[in-house]
Amino acid sequence: MVSAAILPGAVTLPGLSLQVRAVSHHFVTEGKRLDVLDRVTFSVERGSFTALVGPSGCGKSTLLRLIAGLEPPSGGKIGADNVRVVGPDPSRLLVFQDPTLFPWRNVRQNVALGLEARGLLPRERRRIDDALRLVGLDGFAGAFPNELSGGMAQRVALARVLVNDPRLLLLDEPLGKLDSLTRMAMQTELLRLWQDRGFTGLLVTHDVEEALLLSRTVIVFSARPARIVETLSVDLPYPRHRDDPTLVSLRRALLAKMNLAKDL
Amino acid sequence: MSEAIQIDRSEAPVTLAPAAPRSRHAEGKLRSELWTHGLVASGLWLSAGGVTRWWHDLTPWSRTSLFAGLEVGFAVLLGLASVFAVRTRLVARIAPYGRWLEALAIAAIGWEVLTAKTGLLPLPFFPPPQSVLEVYTDDAGRLVESAAYSMLLLLPGYFIGGAVGFGAGVAIGWSKSVHYWGHPILRFVGPLPATAWLPLAFFFLPSARSASTFLIALSTAFPVAVLTSSGIAGVSKSYYDIARTLGADTRFLIAKVAIPAALPNVFVGLFMGLGTSFAVLIVAEMMGVKAGLGWYLQWAQGWAAYANLYGALIVMAFLFSGLISLLFLVRDTVLAWQKGIVRW
Repeated sequence: MVSAAILPGAVTLPGLSLQVRAVSHHFVTEGKRLDVLDRVTFSVERGSFTALVGPSGCGKSTLLRLIAGLEPPSGGKIGADNVRVVGPDPSRLLVFQDPTLFPWRNVRQNVALGLEARGLLPRERRRIDDALRLVGLDGFAGAFPNELSGGMAQRVALARVLVNDPRLLLLDEPLGKLDSLTRMAMQTELLRLWQDRGFTGLLVTHDVEEALLLSRTVIVFSARPARIVETLSVDLPYPRHRDDPTLVSLRRALLAKMNLAKDL
Repeated sequence: MSEAIQIDRSEAPVTLAPAAPRSRHAEGKLRSELWTHGLVASGLWLSAGGVTRWWHDLTPWSRTSLFAGLEVGFAVLLGLASVFAVRTRLVARIAPYGRWLEALAIAAIGWEVLTAKTGLLPLPFFPPPQSVLEVYTDDAGRLVESAAYSMLLLLPGYFIGGAVGFGAGVAIGWSKSVHYWGHPILRFVGPLPATAWLPLAFFFLPSARSASTFLIALSTAFPVAVLTSSGIAGVSKSYYDIARTLGADTRFLIAKVAIPAALPNVFVGLFMGLGTSFAVLIVAEMMGVKAGLGWYLQWAQGWAAYANLYGALIVMAFLFSGLISLLFLVRDTVLAWQKGIVRW
């Protein structure tokens, strides 16, 4: 599809499958133990899109960090394609709520970060332009982050990740700080990218509607320490419409579950 | 100043806030075909020249006519620029300083009258401007030589100190174990003024020159190390997270994440270090080096040659503020991504 045209010559690997097995995690701050995750178990099929929802501060973001390999879990195992995750890897990439672009690098240099870190830059320079075109920012390669709007900055963050052809894209409320119009446009864009590129998507969000618009599976977490209280399949064809009656009723049911989850 | 910012913004590909209105002076200058403040300043400098030339000195000074000539010459240039060169870039650059040019002319007249013409301010402490001019015409060789000696002493020490301080700062900011050993030393020894080491340095090191280089390096290294290490330690953890997931190794994290993120701090350290190194330089030259501008000051004082003293101070002011401007120029180039940082 489009991916072939986007990255000529590059072999697009299929999305990773994900195995999360009895993962628990705690932090120790000032001698006090804070339990964040409580024996979380779930699987994600390759190429699927899954949303994690739950009360804020429940530990969903921590789970993404563990899957990215930024920290080892206190207990349990995480596997990608049934290979245990022991550290960060460019096949599993995170997009944060804040774009966290490097302010001393212009857009092009920010997008080049992954290729540069892995020594691929000289050979694969053209992929940067391809990635910028993919997120609609080809005219802004020379701009510095402090010259970009929030939506543009987040798109650069997305391009910085996509240029590495991730097989598992971990999205930690990437649209959380955008205004509602930009947010809707970016949701459509995310969906398009996912359909084009075939990566596996794992999205943490507070926005139930967003979860239902994008994902095939919605996993509902309890308050901290987070446990899974519900797994919901969304068997609707894409593109989905926010006024679709099925989606609206799913949304009501999901919100009810989340309200219950808050008290659990 | 506003002009420099506008130039920065015009290069940005994104439309930002509308360009700030041009400064009042520049606007006034553009509308009229004359630069009013320039004309007034020209007139004042002409009067200064007249006072210098035709009001008799109490005791004749050898460079009175030359000084008057320079004042008149400057007045003529200003006058021509005010009338004929209004639209040139040079005038655009100096136009905002129009009132300074007027004030300086008045100051020159006051200085002239109070010293050479009426003697209200006593000699030898208050020499007239023409006697400071005489320093430049008759003792230029020694002054230039002294300035060169000072630079040759300052710059190696400053670069060594900057490099060592930067390296130490990166190590202390990055590594926990280096921090454990290095930070207390910085905290405890850092506040000692480098000049306090002077007696020891002159004793332990083979020559006054090497001792002074060492002290200048020391005085530069401490602020650079402190600010670099705090800059490195303060880099947002999420930058490292991003880089690590993208495949960065430790070397990349230090060179491409930690150091660039800390650079604004490093430049503050370099700026502070430059300031303290000037102080150390002058003291070292006064105490033992027997060359350079510090030595020149002391030599002039010994002969009660106060005109030479003022002359050397003016040279120093130009030299040191020039060096700081140079440092800020480098910073603005390196940190071009930062907008609206403090300008010198």
